[in-house]
Amino acid sequence: MTKQIYLDHAATTPLDKQVLKKMMPFLQNDFGNPSALYNLGRRSLKAIAEAKKIIADILACTPNEIIFTGGGTESDNLAVLGAARANRAAGNHIITTKIEHHAVLHACKQLEKEGFVITCLKPDKDGVITVEQIITAIKPDTILVTIMYANNEIGTIEPIAEIGKTLLKYNTTERQGKQRVLFHTDACQAAGTLDLNINRLHTDLLTLNGSKIYGPKGVGVLYKKKDVKIQPLIVGGGQEFGLRAGTENVAGIIGLAEALRLAQNDKEKENTRLIDLRGYFWRGLEKKIERIKLNGHAEKRLPNNLNVSILDVEGEAMLLYLDEKGIQAATGSACTSQSLEPSHVLLSIGLPYEMAHGSLRFTMGHSTTQADIDYVLKVLPDIVEKLREISPARLGMCESKKHPKYKQ
Amino acid sequence: MSDSPYTFDGMTSGGDPWYYSDIVKEHFFNPKNFLKTDEEASFKFDGLGRVGSPACGDEMVMWIQVDPKEDKIVDCRWRTFGCGSAIASTSMLSEMVKENNGIKIDDALKIKPQDIMTRLGGLPDRKIHCSVLGDKALRAAINDYFHKSGQHERGMVEGGKIIDPILKITDHDIEQAVLDGAQTLEQVQAKLKVGVGSPEAITEIEELIRFYKEKYFGL
Repeated sequence: MTKQIYLDHAATTPLDKQVLKKMMPFLQNDFGNPSALYNLGRRSLKAIAEAKKIIADILACTPNEIIFTGGGTESDNLAVLGAARANRAAGNHIITTKIEHHAVLHACKQLEKEGFVITCLKPDKDGVITVEQIITAIKPDTILVTIMYANNEIGTIEPIAEIGKTLLKYNTTERQGKQRVLFHTDACQAAGTLDLNINRLHTDLLTLNGSKIYGPKGVGVLYKKKDVKIQPLIVGGGQEFGLRAGTENVAGIIGLAEALRLAQNDKEKENTRLIDLRGYFWRGLEKKIERIKLNGHAEKRLPNNLNVSILDVEGEAMLLYLDEKGIQAATGSACTSQSLEPSHVLLSIGLPYEMAHGSLRFTMGHSTTQADIDYVLKVLPDIVEKLREISPARLGMCESKKHPKYKQ
Repeated sequence: MSDSPYTFDGMTSGGDPWYYSDIVKEHFFNPKNFLKTDEEASFKFDGLGRVGSPACGDEMVMWIQVDPKEDKIVDCRWRTFGCGSAIASTSMLSEMVKENNGIKIDDALKIKPQDIMTRLGGLPDRKIHCSVLGDKALRAAINDYFHKSGQHERGMVEGGKIIDPILKITDHDIEQAVLDGAQTLEQVQAKLKVGVGSPEAITEIEELIRFYKEKYFGL
């Protein structure tokens, strides 16, 4: 088999061995239902309490502010739908951005059907949303602002701490004695690399999940500040303070807490390593491939993310050739989506359709080495060259010379 | 469900994720008959057709060489901007044109996306829309040949029949929408807005949706 080089860590990550080790007892011996009164059940309950403590320490909040869910999408849904529906009496206006994950955007679409009014902010060409944009968009009936911490496609990091501070000031001065504007951020992509301290971010709600930080899939966290009211999406046995019913995914919860602990512990060192590697990767691509463009902000971006557009070639075609060479990456081209529209993120930052169709996203991770990047740098230029020869795009540029009849 | 081994959500009827057949892979990784760089100036052609654009996600150009005595296309070249199945289906089409020492023009005009798909060993449903440009490019090239050789009476109008007079939407547009996965009036409207301003056209639109669904998916 060809050597496999996995460069799609923004999609999901493999489970860390140490995380798996922590999870194992809860998959077999300590299988008790945390709601049960006997010792076996209490052991599970204790483990969940410890997991909450670990996460609360990282977020600098209290364990009672941590709600476990079935993943990042569910946490986003619970935050957006739950906060909007519970606070409807105070207003029906919500502010978000055009580049949010669909877990937020489609939740907002749902709210629109329920009578809420959504303002979707357009980012600048690098994908950055500014504090001024948010302040300008706030209306007396605004109840929620939801902005992602870092974008999953282009890796751009949003100024969450700055927005949080500004909203705190706004709430203190303008919303005295009234319902404040709540602030939610989806931090799934940022969890392994950025600061998650709530005292600095000033968010009321924050989404995390396991599957992007070498933890298990199917488990997420919603941080919810004590006094924030949300309406549950899943009702039943009253678990998670009645906000997320269903027997707890104990092993998953233990795994998520351990994964987050490891990621946050190692983040400075790993970030530095990945930023260097990304710089090396981009300089190599720029040198070897003509008509290539970096998507997203040059510096304010996730350390592991490199998103580029290569002109005259289509993303899915490149991915298939890369896969044949053992390299796994992603594209924002329409051909890989169900909707037949290219990535909403790339279009929102003003990329023309043909550049969105020719986009490639490489997201590096723990296993990525310089030798891996060298291999991509060796293979990709040939793939681009081959597909460019098949493509009529280049032909179009010199049509007047060689094909007088070309324009028809 | 249809005879197609693929269902609408992109899974095979056996529940496996969609994938490309070995024939698709062969044509994708080793495309046949595309116009090589060194042929750009030298390939003699009698007709040229170009459809789509990179902005749409697919663009195809087809060059054909015609033997006027036999009324046959004897050679062709192509270029495609597009995904795996777009490249593979153009490559397969070029083989279909060239095999058996060429194809009668009248037969070439009859080639449908379904014929190309069958020869490719099937395409996942969500990729069918990628294979509908090849035959259009070929027809455009043939039209160009008719025009250049003065056979104006044989030229075809690709415009189709206008169904929605306000939006100037034709039956071809509805065909395209069905190929793009729309299965109901609502889904076609989401793509085309057809009939929104012309409610009297709705019945005909619904009939066309049924017709094309049956034609391509046997539903």
